[in-house]
Amino acid sequence: MTALPETTAKKLGLVIDLDTCVGCQACATSCKEWNTGGYSAPLTDQDPYGADPHGAWLNRVHGFEVGDGPSSQTVHFPRSCLHCETPACVTVCPTGASYKRVEDGIVLVNPDTCIGCKLCSWACPYGAREYDYGHGVMKKCTLCVDRIYNETFAPEDRIPACVRACPTGARHFGDLGDPDSAVSQLVAERGGFDLLPEFGYKPVNKYLPPRQRRGGQGEEQASTVDATPASGGAAERLFAWVDRMLS
Amino acid sequence: MLSSSSEPAIPLSEPSADEIKTTTCYMCACRCGIRVHLKDGKVRYIDGNRDHPVNKGVLCGKGSAGIMQHYSPARLRAPLLRVGPRGSGEFKEIAWDEAIALAVKWLGDVRKTDPRKLAFFTGRDQSQSLTGWWAMQFGTPNYAAHGGFCSVNMASAGLYTFGGSFWEFGDTDWEHTRYFMLFGVAEDHASNPIKIGLGKLKKRGVKIVAVNPVRTGYNAIADEWIGIKPGTDGLFAAALIHELLQTQKVDLDYLARYTNAPWLVIKNPGAADDGLFARDDAGNPLGFDRASGKPVSALGKTEGLALSGSVKLADGREAVPVFQLMAERFLAAEYAPEQAERQTGIAAATIRRIAAELARAAFQEQVTLDIPWTDWFGRRHETMVGRPVGMHAMRGISAHSNGFNTCRILHFLQILLGAIDCPGGFRYKPPYPKLAPPFLKPRGKPGDVQPMKALPGPQLGFPTGPEDLLVDAAGSPQRIDKAFSWDAPFSAHGLMHMVIANAARGDPYPIDVLFMYMANMGWNSAMNLPATLGALTEKDAATGEYKIPKIIYSDAYASEMVAYADLVLPDTTYLERWDCISLLDRPISEPDGPADAIRHPVVAPDRNVRPFQDVLIDLGARLGLPGLTKEDGTPRYPGGYPDYIVNHERRPGIGPLAGHRGLNGGDFGRGAPNPRQLEQYIADGSFHIHHLPPHMRYFKHVNRDYIEWALDKGFRLTPTPVIFQLYSEPMQKMRLAAQGHGAVQPPDEHRRRIATYFDPLPFWYPPFEQDQSAGEFPLHAITQRPMAMYHSWGSQNSWLRQIHGHNRLYMNRARAAQSGIADDDWVWITSPIGRVKAQVKLMEGVNADTVWTWNAIGKRAGAWGLDADAPEATRGFLLNHLIAELLPEQAGGYRFSNSDPVTGQAAWYDLKVKIEKAGAHEPAETSPRFEPLASPLAAAANGGGQ
Repeated sequence: MTALPETTAKKLGLVIDLDTCVGCQACATSCKEWNTGGYSAPLTDQDPYGADPHGAWLNRVHGFEVGDGPSSQTVHFPRSCLHCETPACVTVCPTGASYKRVEDGIVLVNPDTCIGCKLCSWACPYGAREYDYGHGVMKKCTLCVDRIYNETFAPEDRIPACVRACPTGARHFGDLGDPDSAVSQLVAERGGFDLLPEFGYKPVNKYLPPRQRRGGQGEEQASTVDATPASGGAAERLFAWVDRMLS
Repeated sequence: MLSSSSEPAIPLSEPSADEIKTTTCYMCACRCGIRVHLKDGKVRYIDGNRDHPVNKGVLCGKGSAGIMQHYSPARLRAPLLRVGPRGSGEFKEIAWDEAIALAVKWLGDVRKTDPRKLAFFTGRDQSQSLTGWWAMQFGTPNYAAHGGFCSVNMASAGLYTFGGSFWEFGDTDWEHTRYFMLFGVAEDHASNPIKIGLGKLKKRGVKIVAVNPVRTGYNAIADEWIGIKPGTDGLFAAALIHELLQTQKVDLDYLARYTNAPWLVIKNPGAADDGLFARDDAGNPLGFDRASGKPVSALGKTEGLALSGSVKLADGREAVPVFQLMAERFLAAEYAPEQAERQTGIAAATIRRIAAELARAAFQEQVTLDIPWTDWFGRRHETMVGRPVGMHAMRGISAHSNGFNTCRILHFLQILLGAIDCPGGFRYKPPYPKLAPPFLKPRGKPGDVQPMKALPGPQLGFPTGPEDLLVDAAGSPQRIDKAFSWDAPFSAHGLMHMVIANAARGDPYPIDVLFMYMANMGWNSAMNLPATLGALTEKDAATGEYKIPKIIYSDAYASEMVAYADLVLPDTTYLERWDCISLLDRPISEPDGPADAIRHPVVAPDRNVRPFQDVLIDLGARLGLPGLTKEDGTPRYPGGYPDYIVNHERRPGIGPLAGHRGLNGGDFGRGAPNPRQLEQYIADGSFHIHHLPPHMRYFKHVNRDYIEWALDKGFRLTPTPVIFQLYSEPMQKMRLAAQGHGAVQPPDEHRRRIATYFDPLPFWYPPFEQDQSAGEFPLHAITQRPMAMYHSWGSQNSWLRQIHGHNRLYMNRARAAQSGIADDDWVWITSPIGRVKAQVKLMEGVNADTVWTWNAIGKRAGAWGLDADAPEATRGFLLNHLIAELLPEQAGGYRFSNSDPVTGQAAWYDLKVKIEKAGAHEPAETSPRFEPLASPLAAAANGGGQ
């Protein structure tokens, strides 16, 4: 069993805007692309050109519908590690391979000590960890730990690959432990919420809910289609108006 | 407990690359700027270029998977010569010398005898200014790219109406718009630009209304989803116009100044001048001056010209202003919201509310920028005042047989609100606007095509009357695809979808060589696939030869079409070659300024492949084509495509790239070839953008300073403003010919069709197939590409196929329940020409009368380097098998193509089907399954060599 730090200096995480995400998969493939050559390398694929292609991804996007009929809504939901404050995936780890970093709260797996027992993926209620069948160890979102502090990068590129790629600007990265940070303020403004708070793992990542839709939620009933169109004399009225306007 | 103090030291500052090179993405048609991170000579990572005007640093799901496209095992490795029967996929590898010699022989024989017998069609080609010019030098009229089944309805409708169009020729003013409508925008078209734009609207809280039968992707994040019935968008938009006119919410000043609303139209039923503009002796259109009570030239200041009323001309003829005709058209009872409700399924109250919301945004939330500007007529405006209504439209409008007229109606809606090229509205991207339509006539009339001679001009253009059509004295088509004939008079992008069927039938004539590039016409780009495969393999009973005798195909990957070629010229990937994203082609400009870009080889090919453009230039030189050889017969561009990009001049000083021209590279637009141009592009990030000064950024259709600048740069050819053609005289000229007037008239079987659909004012009619098959086939069937595969060449990509490995048929949950169909059931989808088996997925967010699926996921076993039991082949399916390429026989036996009657745009969204549950004992796999292809990737075993 592995211990958690009592506190972390920062709570780095993502804020994901479900109102804006169009489900384009940019965050998923850019994540796969960065991480298959980065800290998590390799992210292997099995049977990539065959009958059952599957591989290790650190971020996946799901689309689903909420509600029935005209008031239903389609939501795109990107899913990755939430870097919980009290993650069971770390505490169940029998080797200490899973750990939460003291300095920034990022939850990582040490591939050198991971034995691939998969206890952590059973413990995570979010399905955020993926076993890499080619590499034999557990993989998960690293918040691009090898990008965000990377001194060989331009400062504006020291962000996770998914945030840099996101074309709609639906993903935000920052310190959710600092109430004055841009991400914390966004969460406050938009009513950001925790995923499955009832489990008590205190996710650091937050989701911004879809905004209230405006208009057309089925409130206008079909008219009696026999209604006589009210266009008699409309042309004359229009031309009289035009005449007045042009005079 | 293990302690977290055992945190391992991890390297946090590993460089991502030994070297980062900028180039241009090719994973779709957006052509974003990318940075390719190279490590140990291999591609390590690709991200977006923050400086690039198209994507500003972001990169979509496809672009970020480009690395797997580049390293795909489906890449062809060497030239291939067919050894088995056509369609078997059996090839041997041959040397390039042999491949080139064979192509030169085949093409040379055609050029010596009858250049028409080469049909050269390029699919997702991003080098059309080269390929079209090459075909012109060859002398064949038979050239086009894939626009005929993509977006020609949008392009033509826009260009004939206001000299621009949605998609590449313009964009919404994302910074200022206050109300945004999407019409028929599937998950495809476009990618990053529209995603960035929607993100900006969301940040500002702008209302987004999505009109689409399917609620996915962009439509899912809209504030309001209008689940319209396919093919009825034009009726919905017409009803909005009806309501705006009814409530007097139109921008009269804008109409009077910038459109032909005040121009007088002759009313002389039955006569040859009926419906033409009244003109003065100089040919200028006339308007009626209210003050003097006289007709005066309507070109120039239009204040005081009447918009309604009947005028007696000096010669006694009656004429009325365009505005009056337009108002009468759209105020008619058929466009009243209650009437529109019947066909569109949208409540009349909703139509009225949307019209009111549009009017409120346009007229009560106007945007004023403190930027003085001067219009073409010398009037100085202290501010730029905009009607902040943005609109975007695409596939759901274009792929119907009423798409041209529907798209015109959408543009009417924009124009009536005054929302074209103003702050907050739709903005042109230079080099647009052009004249409406652009002054460019298609060439290829009888006499234009001569052995060993270049065509006297480009194949594609914009006819303005019957005299511009490519027909002979009997009215017969001159092109193999029948473009610019009475079948499809305004087919500005050609009809690639008809080439194979027509060529096999010898209608209008047989061809000898079919030469294609990057177009999967033997699979997901075909209509009626079984018939298409038949046409590709059918032999002449007398000679034993294939009806299409020779097929040359160039592709980078082992697509299904490869198996149907006789000679395969393997292309490189997009990271291995030079390319030019030219203003002479489909531009990547921004509204604030023209932009172009290059690709350059960031890695060297590791196979025996050559860039198609290099091969084409080589072939042209060997064939002795005029523009491709010097006077002494030696190659004009011995350095291949990069040599051409730098040194080719279309007109003096104007070449493929507009940036870094002149000997020192300091000129923009016009200037001598610069030998260091490519180097300078690479140093700048592989693109160039010229930012217009603020006073030229809006009202480009009438902005004097912009027009004068555009003339200097060669973007505009005539010193005139672009007056929006609400009333289209070219349309009326076609109609008059059909009514029996003029020297060039359609054959009798075409008269009714031309007279009906060439209405000078747009109108809505039901799509043809829907009209014909309403009873037996009750459901609309449409497709879209998933965002992660939009326009992409090769959904075999190992990452993307994990996301979209096979497709389902999506159905409305309640509607499916009525037919006893449950989630995951297998069903037969039946159209008038065939049936396909698919697995169902139920959803709420789809119009109840509509089913849909992802396009181009289904693959043929053996293709694309995938295993034969890949889900794409066993469960993935296409609707192409169900879409007829021809409409049913008309009286007289003639069969028109299943296309828009104005533009020839393939009407693949018109499809109607019925759905029946498959039998309990039928296997859980798709049907039909075509015979597996032998993989051309196995050809190395058949000998040949480097």
